Amino acid sequence: MADVAIERSATAPRTVRKRASLRTALKRKSTAAFLMTLPLILLIALLVIYPAFYSLHLATLNKSMQRFIGLGNFQFLFKRETFWLVVEQSCIFAITAVVFKALIGFIVAHVVHNIPAKGQRKWRGMLLVPWVIPPAMSTLAWLWLFDPSYSAFNYLLAGVGVDRIPWTGETGWARFSVILVNIWFGAPFFMIMYLAALKSVPDQLYEAAAIDGANWWQRIWYVTLPMMRNIIAITTLFSLIVTFANFDIVRILTAGGPLDRTHMFATWAFRIGIEGGDIPLGASVSLFMVPILAIAAVFILRDINKRGNEA
Amino acid sequence: MADVTLRKVVKKYDDVLAVRGIDLDIADHEFVVLVGPSGCGKSTTLRMIAGLEDITDGDIMIGGDIVNDVPPKDRDIAMVFQNYALYPHMTVAENMSFGLRLKRYPKAEIKTRIDEAARMLDIVELVDRKPKQLSGGQRQRVAMGRAIVRNPKVFLFDEPLSNLDAKLRVQMRIEIKKVHQKVRTTTVYVTHDQVEAMTLADRVVVMNHGRIEQIGTPNELYHKPATKFVASFIGSPAMNFIPCRLEESGGKLHVRITDRLAFPLPPARAARYQSVSRTDRLLLGLRPEHITEASAHPEPGVENFDTVLDVTEPMGMETLIYFALEGAQICGRVNPNAGAVDGGPLRLAVDLNNMHLLNEGTGAVI
Repeated sequence: MADVAIERSATAPRTVRKRASLRTALKRKSTAAFLMTLPLILLIALLVIYPAFYSLHLATLNKSMQRFIGLGNFQFLFKRETFWLVVEQSCIFAITAVVFKALIGFIVAHVVHNIPAKGQRKWRGMLLVPWVIPPAMSTLAWLWLFDPSYSAFNYLLAGVGVDRIPWTGETGWARFSVILVNIWFGAPFFMIMYLAALKSVPDQLYEAAAIDGANWWQRIWYVTLPMMRNIIAITTLFSLIVTFANFDIVRILTAGGPLDRTHMFATWAFRIGIEGGDIPLGASVSLFMVPILAIAAVFILRDINKRGNEA
Repeated sequence: MADVTLRKVVKKYDDVLAVRGIDLDIADHEFVVLVGPSGCGKSTTLRMIAGLEDITDGDIMIGGDIVNDVPPKDRDIAMVFQNYALYPHMTVAENMSFGLRLKRYPKAEIKTRIDEAARMLDIVELVDRKPKQLSGGQRQRVAMGRAIVRNPKVFLFDEPLSNLDAKLRVQMRIEIKKVHQKVRTTTVYVTHDQVEAMTLADRVVVMNHGRIEQIGTPNELYHKPATKFVASFIGSPAMNFIPCRLEESGGKLHVRITDRLAFPLPPARAARYQSVSRTDRLLLGLRPEHITEASAHPEPGVENFDTVLDVTEPMGMETLIYFALEGAQICGRVNPNAGAVDGGPLRLAVDLNNMHLLNEGTGAVI
C-alpha cells in the first residue's frame, strides 16, 4: 500500500508536489493509524506515564516535599520493621490467595463444563456474581458476617457449641479472613477463564486419550493442563498483580489491623501517605511493588513466548 | 487380532433412533468399510465399537468377549479420527508412544515400535516435530502411526481422509491399503465416499437411516445391488433409473419404456422376470457403461435406439453423454470418437444382459 502511494507521488507534476506529498503521507496506512491512536496515546500518557514519573519524583523528596533527599526514603523504609512485615504479608496474601483462586477456579470450571448445556448458562451467571459486585460493597457484607458479637458466622458456631472466633481481631484469623474474601471475590474470574480454555480443547483429544488408555487423572495431566498452560500462566500473572496490589478488601475488612498485621503495600502506602501525611514516603512504599511484579511478569511471560507457538 | 460381532445393536439419542438394530460379523484380518450418506448411523456404529458411545440395546463382541460395558481403554482398539486428534503439545514420537507410555512399556520396546511404524509410514525424519509443523497428509500418517504402534486387536477409522485434498486422498488410500496388507489387523473404516469404500474394502456395509441396506464385496454391491439405494449409491456416475413396465409381444417378453420404445429381453432375463406382474410400475436400472454407441454388429442382448443428446462431457478416455428419456435424465458412456456432440443425434446401444429391474414402489431389485 505504502509503496503504491510513493510511486504515484513521484509521477505527479512538480507544481503540486508539496501538497501531494502531504496527501500521500496521510494516505499511508501507518500514518493514519498513528493519528487515530494518538488520542489514546495522549490519554495514557496523561493518566499513567505522568503519574508514574511524578511518583518517582515524589519518592525522592522529604516529608514536607521541599527538599530533594535522593534515596533517603528508601533507606528509612529498610530500617523499619513494619516495612518487612508488609513485604512478608503481601507475599503470603498474594501467593496463598492466587493458589486457592486457581485451584477452586479449575475445579469449579470442570464442574460447570460437565453441567448439561441447558442449565450451564444459569450456573455460569450465578457463579460470576461475586466478581461483578464492587468489592468495596461486598466486603462490607463480609465485615458484618465477621463481626465478633452479632455476626452470622459466630451465631452458627455458637449453635454447634464452638467459641466465638475473633475473625478480624487476631493476627492469624484476620489474615485468614482477608485471604478468604479475596478468594471469594477472585475465584470466579479464574473459573470463567478456565472454562473458556476448557471449551476450546477439542473433544476428540479426550476421546483419543481415552482410547490410548488414559484414565481421568491422566487425561487432565496430559491433555487438559498442557492445552490450558497459556491461559493458566496469563491468568495467574494477572491475578498475582491485582492481588498483590489489593487495597479495598484489606482496607474495609481490617484497615491493616490488628497492629499492622494485615497491611499490604497499597493499604500501608495509604496509611502513611494520605492518613499519615507523608506523601513522599507513601510513594516510596507503593513503588516497591514495581520491581517485585516485574520479575514475576518476566518469568511467566517468557514461558508463554516459549510455548505460545505450539497450540 | 480379533473378530468383531454386532448383535441387534441399537442407539437411541433421546427420541431419535440413530442405529436401528444392526447385525454384523467382521472376521479376523478383515477390512470392512461402513459407507452411507451423512446421518445414516455409520459413525455412531463405529463409536459404539470404540466404546465412545454407550449402546442402547444389543451386544458388541470383540474377540468373542462382550464389551458392552468395557471402557475404551480396555477394549484394545486404536482409532484414527477425521481431524487426526494429535496432541498438539507432544512431538510425533510422543504422540505415537503415548498409549504405550501409559501402559508402562519398556523404553527400548517403545523405541523399536516407533521406529518400525515410522519406517512403514515414511515419517522417520518427522518424529521430533510437533503436529503444527506437519502437513495434512503427514498428520494423517502420524495418526495412523499412533494406531499401529499400539498393535491393537482392531483398527477403527472415522472418515480419515475427508480433510485431505483429492490428490492426497488417493495417495493415502493406497497407503492405508498397503499398511493393512502388512499388519493384517481387523479394520473397521467409516466413509461417505463410495470410491473409498469400493477401493479399500474386503467387504462393504452400505447403511441408510440407521439400517444396513446390504453387505457384500465391492463387486457384489456393484453388480448385484439388493436395493435401489445401494444401486444408486455405489458407482459414479450413478446408475440410471428409467420408468418402465413389462409387456408380452410376439411371444417374447419386452421392457416397454415409451409408446415407441421397447426392448426385447435376452432369454436369461426373460426367464427371471417371467413371474413379475405386467401391471407393476417398474424401473429399468442401467449403469452408464451399459449405454454406449451402437455398433454395426450388435451382440445378443444389446439393443440399438436413436436419441438426441442434451449435453456431452468429454473426459478424455471416454465421453459422458446425457439425454432425456421418459422425464428421466440418462447418462451414458461412449467412445470419444463416436461423434457425440451437444444437441446432436446419436444411435446408442443398451446392454440388457447387465440390466436391473426394480420395483418402483418398494425399491427392491427383482
